[in-house]
Amino acid sequence: MLRLEDLGKRYKTGDQALTGINLEVPKGQVMALIGPSGAGKSTLIRCVNRLVEPTAGRAWLDDLELTALGSGALRRARRSMGMIFQEYALVERLSVMENVLSGRLGYVGFWRSFARKFPQSDIDQAFRLLERVGLDHMVDKRADELSGGQRQRVGIARALIQNPEVLLVDEPTASLDPKTSRQIMRLICELCKESNLAAVINIHDVLLAQMFAERIVGLQLGEIVYDGPPNGLTPEVLTQIYGEEDWAATIEAVDDDDNNVEESASGR
Amino acid sequence: MVDSVTTLPGTGRTWSRPPFIKKPWVRWGVWLAVAIYLFVAITSMEVDWSRVIEGLPRGKKFLLAFLPPNFASRWDSIVDGIYESLWMTVTSTVVGIGLSIPIALGAARNLSHPIVYYSCRGIVALSRTFPEIILAIFFVKLFGFGPFAGFLALSIATIGFYAKLLAEDIEDMDAVQAEAVKATGAGWLQWLNYAVQPQVMPRIIGLGMYRFDINFRESAVVGIVGGGGIGATLLTAFDRYEFDSAAAILLVIIGIVMAVEYSSGIIRNHIK
Repeated sequence: MLRLEDLGKRYKTGDQALTGINLEVPKGQVMALIGPSGAGKSTLIRCVNRLVEPTAGRAWLDDLELTALGSGALRRARRSMGMIFQEYALVERLSVMENVLSGRLGYVGFWRSFARKFPQSDIDQAFRLLERVGLDHMVDKRADELSGGQRQRVGIARALIQNPEVLLVDEPTASLDPKTSRQIMRLICELCKESNLAAVINIHDVLLAQMFAERIVGLQLGEIVYDGPPNGLTPEVLTQIYGEEDWAATIEAVDDDDNNVEESASGR
Repeated sequence: MVDSVTTLPGTGRTWSRPPFIKKPWVRWGVWLAVAIYLFVAITSMEVDWSRVIEGLPRGKKFLLAFLPPNFASRWDSIVDGIYESLWMTVTSTVVGIGLSIPIALGAARNLSHPIVYYSCRGIVALSRTFPEIILAIFFVKLFGFGPFAGFLALSIATIGFYAKLLAEDIEDMDAVQAEAVKATGAGWLQWLNYAVQPQVMPRIIGLGMYRFDINFRESAVVGIVGGGGIGATLLTAFDRYEFDSAAAILLVIIGIVMAVEYSSGIIRNHIK
């Protein structure tokens, strides 16, 4: 279980990115974090694995206080937090297999990883995951030869091979077309269910969030302004999160069939 | 469709590119200053045309003395000099790059603590201050004549060139890829190996070959001040007025530089 206590972040520039974030994400829950650009969504998930250092409050992963760890312990703790990125963030000149295996770097020694001699169990797991995301025929392709959707699948495999307890997902669909976006979201949610992972998914697309997440948290100017089920996103709530706009179409579409959703999503 | 554009009424608005320097008097002032400087520079240049005309036939004789190039009479010393130069080039490039890579890591702002950053930048700046020939004179005085002095001079000079350019490439790398590998819990060395190295590898190889090329050409220069190699052979040929042998040496140097240039082009096309 992931627990944030009064978490805050003020950047050196003076910008208050997060204030008083209290949040509990139990195992197996897929939570979507929505909010306008600059609301602090990316900062929030980066404060969890401390790619960004929070300046106030505490973060816990089960009984481990993440915000109190020294650099070595933090490194070990990061192994149990898988991260998926907006622009896939694969190392482009490495192969698919190397990218996936880089998820095991926290578990193997330097010389083993340098020589690319990973334990057979890691390699087996890499093949299983690549099979699961449908890319086991592209093992030795270089990451920059793949399409966007394929790259994100590799990114997912890299996060999962860490054997994480929580997935931190930063705008996984922002650079993908509507159909691929939904496939990727479905895949992430299925995998979370299979392994009973908690997931925090930053997402711009309110429709996708409502379709796939069981819980939605709305962030505005670094503060939580909504925390509840997807069908609680009324026009008033969306106005509170994003500001004044005609929200009727967004909310209607949730009840409609898939095609309709895709059309309105691609029309953005 | 084109017709419909022309039949639309004009907007009455004009557009031209905004000038680079906004204030007109500054803009024209800069042009005027450039014009005055050029005028003064050209008119103050003293050319003694009678000496130029006198010198022309001498220059012709000098150039003709190079022809035909004579490879035969000093062939053995040419071969020795080339071997020495190549030895100097290979060793100084390898050692120079070996020293440069850790310094480049330290001199990349996105990787290093400010103290490390400024000291590594300092090393780079220091080694860039002195051209190869000054370094060579210095090392010849320290260690005596011969290729060892040349090797040291070229190794030090390599650092200033290679570490600076590599550090800049490291600073330009994609931070998100690096962040992703860090997020897996990778150690620092693993992070360098998996996130940084793949991104800068083409630069490491490309700069290495370019520096090999430079070091070979510079090995001829350091030889002239006593650093050994083909430069020493060339200097001897000039000192003895054996211009035909000197021409042969120059042709060999040109040939090797072109061969290096050509093969580095091929290799660089293969790494992308």
